[in-house]
Amino acid sequence: MMSLQSYCVVLFKSVSHAMRAEKILKNDKIPFKIIPVPKSISSECGVCIRFTPEYKEDIEAVLNGTVEYSDIRELH
Amino acid sequence: MKNIYFDNAATSWPKPPEMIDAMNRYNETIGGNPGRSGHHLSVEAARIIFETRELTAQLFNIDDPFQLIFTRNATEALNQVIFGMMKNDHHVITSGMEHNSVMRPLRYLEQNGLKVTVVPCFQDGSIDPREIEKSICSHTKMIIMTHASNVTGTIMPVKEVGHIAASHDIPFCVDAAQSAGSIPIDVEDMNISLLAFTGHKSLYGPQGTGGLYIKKGLENDLVPRMMGGTGSRSEFETQPDFMPDRFESGTPNAIGLAGLGASARFILNQGIDGIRSTELTLTTMFLDKARDIPGLRLYGPRKADLCTPVVSFTIDGISSSGVSQILDEKFSILSRPGLHCAPSAHRSINTLPGGTVRFSFGHFNTTDEISYATDAVTKIASGTIKGDAV
Repeated sequence: MMSLQSYCVVLFKSVSHAMRAEKILKNDKIPFKIIPVPKSISSECGVCIRFTPEYKEDIEAVLNGTVEYSDIRELH
Repeated sequence: MKNIYFDNAATSWPKPPEMIDAMNRYNETIGGNPGRSGHHLSVEAARIIFETRELTAQLFNIDDPFQLIFTRNATEALNQVIFGMMKNDHHVITSGMEHNSVMRPLRYLEQNGLKVTVVPCFQDGSIDPREIEKSICSHTKMIIMTHASNVTGTIMPVKEVGHIAASHDIPFCVDAAQSAGSIPIDVEDMNISLLAFTGHKSLYGPQGTGGLYIKKGLENDLVPRMMGGTGSRSEFETQPDFMPDRFESGTPNAIGLAGLGASARFILNQGIDGIRSTELTLTTMFLDKARDIPGLRLYGPRKADLCTPVVSFTIDGISSSGVSQILDEKFSILSRPGLHCAPSAHRSINTLPGGTVRFSFGHFNTTDEISYATDAVTKIASGTIKGDAV
């Protein structure tokens, strides 16, 4: 059962990749924000992109083939 | 007296107001360490650098901006290429018009066994690409050449040499210190594998900025000259292998890159063709007048369309440094005398050891300044105006 607070993050290997993803997602008007990588997950670069789980497929579709990302994780 | 700044090939001045605004804005309102901390000022700094990377890549038709790394200047980029790639049993080909940023690293490695062929240039600084092709052997691992001479402005046949390099499958490195922003550069069309550029000359950016384009895949053959913190993969004590982090260790010159981004936008807005046409007008006007000044000798192609806005000359009976000093003291005309860190180029144009006086024009110079300068040079050449003893 998904908790109300659950959210997803996209992890990147460098902040440059995160910035490229940010630019693309902004153009696509998908709601997200940039946050420091939560301590509970091993860090790639220092920042990641946080979004709500209902956009997971949209985000994957936009990023696949345009920006390399390391992982998408769901956190509670 | 108003300064007449003709030293744009050393560093361009003045700079576009947009550059100064961007740097002030960075200092006053951003100031975070890009990619290190995750707070919003750190992210904003990273955003600015990403933006600058995209804009700069666009200038050179680089498809993936991550293949462009930032350095302090063209010299650092060239050193990264030469020291990062050349091995003792390699052979490298270069031209007779190179700056010491290429010649000194090559001469250093030559002592360890690197074979260096310097293909001679004609007295106007030009080169026959067929001579480069003739020098290729089975050990040739790189052709490295300037895009335009900093002494004579001579534009080198980069596209032709790029084609030769590609047909022999040899990496081709271009030193664009003098050309980036002034004449068109297309890394795809010119078959450039490595492009070293500086921000503070014809890109009108701040000093301390520059970069290197590395063709996709070639980064694996380049050993980073510097290793250290990148803000990424912090749990590992080995250098990241991916672009751009592999070659960007330590806190970058973020304020400088904020300025470079604004300057790149300035260039894109003006259009390189627009900038080139202003500079052609100035150079043509100078050459047309200088040709008729008795006692003045011109070097290089003496045709504006064959060079960047750089002219080299001497005046009979006065040393190049003497002429530059009179120009500065009596006319507030700022030039550069001597060898311009390029003894190899001066050997090619036969001006060793005295060197030449170099005028290098830029986007902010005017035709009035050219008239004033040719009058000044005429007075010096005729002996009407002499330097003071003290």
